Amino acid sequence: MSEMSWWVEAGVALLLVASGLFTLTGAVGLVRLNDYFQRMHPPALAYTFGAWCITLASILYFSMQEQQLVLHPWVIIMLLSITVPITTILLARAALFRRRQVQRLGKALMSPGE
Amino acid sequence: MRRLLPSPLLSLALFALWLALNHSMAPGHLIMAALLAILMPILLAPLRPYPARIRHPLVLMRLILTVGHDVILSNLSVGWGVLRSHRCMPRGAFVRIPLELRSPAALAALSTITTVVPGTVWCELMLDRSSLLLHVFDLDDEAEFIAHFKSRYERPLKEIFE
Amino acid sequence: MSPLLDGAITVALVCHGLAMALILVRLLHGPAAQDRVLALDFLYINGMLVLLVLAIRYASSMYFEAALLIALLGFVSSAALAKFLLRGEVIE
Repeated sequence: MSEMSWWVEAGVALLLVASGLFTLTGAVGLVRLNDYFQRMHPPALAYTFGAWCITLASILYFSMQEQQLVLHPWVIIMLLSITVPITTILLARAALFRRRQVQRLGKALMSPGE
Repeated sequence: MRRLLPSPLLSLALFALWLALNHSMAPGHLIMAALLAILMPILLAPLRPYPARIRHPLVLMRLILTVGHDVILSNLSVGWGVLRSHRCMPRGAFVRIPLELRSPAALAALSTITTVVPGTVWCELMLDRSSLLLHVFDLDDEAEFIAHFKSRYERPLKEIFE
Repeated sequence: MSPLLDGAITVALVCHGLAMALILVRLLHGPAAQDRVLALDFLYINGMLVLLVLAIRYASSMYFEAALLIALLGFVSSAALAKFLLRGEVIE
């Protein structure tokens, strides 16, 4: 294993800590916010910034370690950026559908004469 | 050429994906990647309703840069909004945005952009594609947000895809 | 491995672990079913990020395959769960 220069290690360390902090912020938001649609926003912090920082850190680290450009982690970020919007939109639609169903049921209970 | 490679971008992406997954440039992997890049688009052609055309590559590059810039800024603002939510809750709200985009590819791109940017979540597209329902994390002024959204994302997408 | 990188990896792992604990709170408490599905989706991605940190910690790229698998499984299971909610089961 070759010796790494200190600035590469500092960059990797900074990216790792940043990703950890952003993911933690997202989790805090998931617990603390009080409306479902508000809670859909904080996980995006981990999906974008958290994942990007870690991917950049591993590309930097493995490229320096193997002395060639390693683009393998890039696949993960591509996969994530394709799949995450699909699950997010499906979840938003499901929540909207269920909320409307509850409202309709509430209305039907309030006025049984209809 | 057109018959052999109906969608060159997809072929290129598949070629790169196969090489990245195996992380090697051995001749065997190169042949397999080329085979995949040629066969997959032909086999998938019946599943794609119609080919999407990308008109202005320069506008596309600028849109990608804009989205990257917005992702970073809204990450910071959503993170800040979460951290000080014990003092003042962010004012989340639904916004209905009238749309001029009609092409499915452009709408798919728009939905990806809105979900990737943390401050907004795409909730629903009207059945006639005339407007869309967005949930915004911290809404200041509705009219201003709609104008900002339309000029920033919708206009470049209209230029690119329509 | 230098002490700087070692410390950073420890900090990142602790942050991700805390985040997982908080997500578990939402998963177990979550008032509605869609909250639980959202938390599960987040938990999958978080587990994937932990694996990526471990790949750097042990300097082995084998962890990437596992992370890829987790991302794929997480996507399929959350999409299936969301679809299940969307099909309109009876309100609990």
